[in-house]
Amino acid sequence: MPGLGTSFGRGGATSYVQDLQNADCILIEGSNFAEAHPVAFRFVMKAKERGATIVHVDPRFTRTSALADLYIALRSGSDIAFLGGIVNWVLQNERYFREYVLAYTNAAYLVRDDFRDTEDLAGLFSGFDENAKVYDRETWDFERAADGSVARDETLAHPRCVINVLRKHFSRYTPEMVERICGVSQAQFGQLCETLARNSGRERTTAFAYAVGWTQHTVGVQYIRTASILQLLLGNIGRPGGGIMALRGHANIQGATDIATLYDLLPGYLGMPSTTRDEQTLAAYLRSNAKSGWWQHLPAYVVSLLKAFYGEAATAENDYCFDYLPQCTGDHSTLPTQIAMKDGVVKGYFVIGQNPAASGQNGAMINAGLERLDWMVNVDAYETETASFWKREGADPATIATECFFIPAATILEKDGTMVNTNRLLQWHDRAIEPIGQSVTDAWFLYTLGKRLKELYAGSSDPKDRPLLDMTWEYGDGDPSALRILQEINGFDTRTGEQLRSFTDLRDDGSTAAGAWIYTGVCPDADTNNARARNGDEDAALGWGWAWPANRRMLYNRASAAPDGTPWSERKRYVWWDEAANRWSGADVADVVPGAKPGHDDQAFLMQTDGLGALFAPGRELVDGPFPTHYEPSASVVENALYPQQSNPTMRGWRRSDNRSPAAVDAQYPHVLTTYRITEMSGIMTRYIPWLAELQPAAFCEIDPQLAVEQGIASGDTVTVSTALGELECKALVSGRMRPLRIGGKRVHTVGVPYNYGALGFARGDSAGELIPLVMDPNVSIHESKSLTCAIRLGPRSPR
Amino acid sequence: MSETGFFTDTTLCIGCKACEVACKQWNELPSDGFAFTGESYDNTSQLSGTTWRHVAFVEQVAVDPAAASPIVEKWLMMSDVCKHCTNAGCHEACPTGAIVKNEFGNVFVQPDVCNGCGYCVVSCPFGVIDLVDPIDADRKYAVANLNEARRDNNQTAIQNNGGVAGKCTLCYDRQKIGETPACAKACPTESIQFGDLLELRERANARVETLIARGIDAQLYGAEDIGGGIGPLNAFFLLTDRPEVYNLPVAPVLPSTRQPAGYAAAAGTALALAVAGWAIFRSR
Repeated sequence: MPGLGTSFGRGGATSYVQDLQNADCILIEGSNFAEAHPVAFRFVMKAKERGATIVHVDPRFTRTSALADLYIALRSGSDIAFLGGIVNWVLQNERYFREYVLAYTNAAYLVRDDFRDTEDLAGLFSGFDENAKVYDRETWDFERAADGSVARDETLAHPRCVINVLRKHFSRYTPEMVERICGVSQAQFGQLCETLARNSGRERTTAFAYAVGWTQHTVGVQYIRTASILQLLLGNIGRPGGGIMALRGHANIQGATDIATLYDLLPGYLGMPSTTRDEQTLAAYLRSNAKSGWWQHLPAYVVSLLKAFYGEAATAENDYCFDYLPQCTGDHSTLPTQIAMKDGVVKGYFVIGQNPAASGQNGAMINAGLERLDWMVNVDAYETETASFWKREGADPATIATECFFIPAATILEKDGTMVNTNRLLQWHDRAIEPIGQSVTDAWFLYTLGKRLKELYAGSSDPKDRPLLDMTWEYGDGDPSALRILQEINGFDTRTGEQLRSFTDLRDDGSTAAGAWIYTGVCPDADTNNARARNGDEDAALGWGWAWPANRRMLYNRASAAPDGTPWSERKRYVWWDEAANRWSGADVADVVPGAKPGHDDQAFLMQTDGLGALFAPGRELVDGPFPTHYEPSASVVENALYPQQSNPTMRGWRRSDNRSPAAVDAQYPHVLTTYRITEMSGIMTRYIPWLAELQPAAFCEIDPQLAVEQGIASGDTVTVSTALGELECKALVSGRMRPLRIGGKRVHTVGVPYNYGALGFARGDSAGELIPLVMDPNVSIHESKSLTCAIRLGPRSPR
Repeated sequence: MSETGFFTDTTLCIGCKACEVACKQWNELPSDGFAFTGESYDNTSQLSGTTWRHVAFVEQVAVDPAAASPIVEKWLMMSDVCKHCTNAGCHEACPTGAIVKNEFGNVFVQPDVCNGCGYCVVSCPFGVIDLVDPIDADRKYAVANLNEARRDNNQTAIQNNGGVAGKCTLCYDRQKIGETPACAKACPTESIQFGDLLELRERANARVETLIARGIDAQLYGAEDIGGGIGPLNAFFLLTDRPEVYNLPVAPVLPSTRQPAGYAAAAGTALALAVAGWAIFRSR
């Protein structure tokens, strides 16, 4: 989540969901909170009961909207124009929290004088290379003196102050423009701006909540940046009832990112070395990744990780086996890998707890890619569409040579381990029953595979086999012990074997090992597993589970107090400096470096190079701009009303016959298409459960009554939704919850398609992935599935 | 022992249907099939012999003649359930004694006594209780994990493979071991509250006052005598619109209260016929 990481220093939700109940206003946008996170939504309901104003901004009127005090319908794909409009309103009306902004953001810094904004260059920032479609980010920086120090103007008067550059950047994002781009009336927009401003400041706080409705766009990271800028201006980060809640969609997705399922990360958010950078030795890697702020401890984290990976074999003399690590040679994220599979480059495929054939994008390409593999291994609790791709509609098994293995997997109830939720909270769960039938845990599968491979290569003298042979791989017999794995991740002293208590214990001399520095402290001694702790309370509940970092629940909570260490207000006290006790006090673990005092080493955003929240994101962070800019989606129903530059100039896509994409504005596809999930269904896990399947038994699309009448469609009819890429057959659900919007004088309809269905289970239907071509955000390679264009007609689709 | 019941506060319902699923899972009820209705987010449509909680979705359209397309401005959600009437029509109509009032004051169908006659079905003023069709092989998958131990408990509707009347038991088996009924336990927002009936009524009255103070037109349904001879409902509701909007009867009537009038009419008819007969035969 580099949107949050760039702005605040850590790529995670800034707070915890329980804290939402302390908010005076909650803006939910890019999330269908009540439907996708019904249990966490109880804290939104608690806030509402305490008098908070709940606002939902969304293209569809959903169950979240039904519970909100204010619902605003906006066109999917227009959120930067909308949020940028609020930023403009806050700046124009001087409604920002000046003391907070001055103390905790880079508002006062001066931007280099050769930086050019999108206002100067018709929608581009300075440094754009028209041929390569990338930016040279040299000019996206602050004015620095020879010693590297940054020029500031505390009066905020200098025209090149960040806040003034920001002012100019968003100056044309007026209420009129918001109405024209987003379809939101000026009256409603004004009401929202006033509500946000009134519920922010010393005495009150506003929280934002978003989910993949903000991320799955070609400018996804910049959506989050706009929200971050706004929350910094309003002074809502690091304060109770404030923050930005990034709602994670799957039970353990936070844990999966922490322990690095992403191709370019090592556990604990350490960068994966890459051949595209000078990172081929440990020293070069550390140089390349050197940052000031807390990241100065990077060597200790990297060396400890290598000691955890390679044990005794990792020594100072051999750079702790740094050269055993694989190196990235380019973008190996999901979408490029999918293309490579289709092109015959990828030969083998492990699919564990994933179902790309139903939940991926461009389903036809995925299936074609699976057909070209030599082998595929599926580890899943259910037979998925991916596992059975060879017998899908229209496939001839006799012509498919892929060798397929299916390993039945144990479910959560059949295994021990931790789940890490959106609060970054590790919670332990015990095995309740033995795995049924032949099913095995995924940990057993990987552990056993590793052991068998080590056996196969035993005795090899080939240097390329050393990483496998030297890998530490001792977690007991049979099923690996989840606790032993967690203890290794926590870290230990390599000389005594003692568990480590904190990541401040980690060293870069080989005397410590830790699988992920951010988790150090979860198992602080041999007998303690803090993920098991179950002492709840109505506050931050520090005795329930264990949250990284250092069991801190709210990040950046130094900002909950004024620079002098006193709470901004009695009503919003959270963490403050206790002069008498000479320490930080409050409801949470203070987010400051050890030994910090007010005015001394007490940066609110301590992971940032300069310790400040980033209104302006200097060059090295994001590739598509230091400020967010409204670009239309790669395919839209309108032209960009703000700039000649239609869409994100740095977005990446593949123009090829198996990835047919529409024109930027294509009359054949006149409606906005958006996809989402619904409460009753997740995917393959729920489609096999009759109690869930009966609640939403078939693939459907949601359309407004006017579009239905125009197309001769009645609720319950079979219809076909089509894009340039493909067709999807489903049932029509006609409802006035869907609203046509007026966008720049044009009436725009939205077609909503739930992304939960596939060919298997009791609730069946075409996958929305059939409609979505591969296009991606340049920062995190995420696909664009929230804002596309489509056509709809009555009747079934053509056979595949 | 004091009576227990449900207080279902619709202002807190988020329509997640966790209650429906938790109920079916605990009571090991089969699904009612996989038909897509096209009616809002409601695909189970109504309470049945095998659906004991049902979430109603009511889309209310704004009256705006200028709007190009009808606009839904309110989406009401309500988790419906057996009302557990003080005087229950099903209880009165049951000829076998299968339907009883248990020690918690809840209306309970003993599936091992029920002979499936269906008199209760037509006698329920709320259209709640229904016969469970014989559960054939097609529906068996839903109960594949049925625990043998619980099969003997005579407490689930399906222990006889159907053919009996089924409705909410207010989780009699859970209450007996001190547990909260499954639906209330699963509800993430405390829209469904379970507890001592008198305490629930107090809580509900206080809640109505709070909501009215906030300008919300809240009213209780069934917390007090609902009329028609039924008395108060052990499962009552807080609504923000008229009962019929939620498909609840405005004036439910206990069928037996119509019996005196019915008998009187029958007696009157008999008397009239007798008089007429006498008159006809006398004239000959």
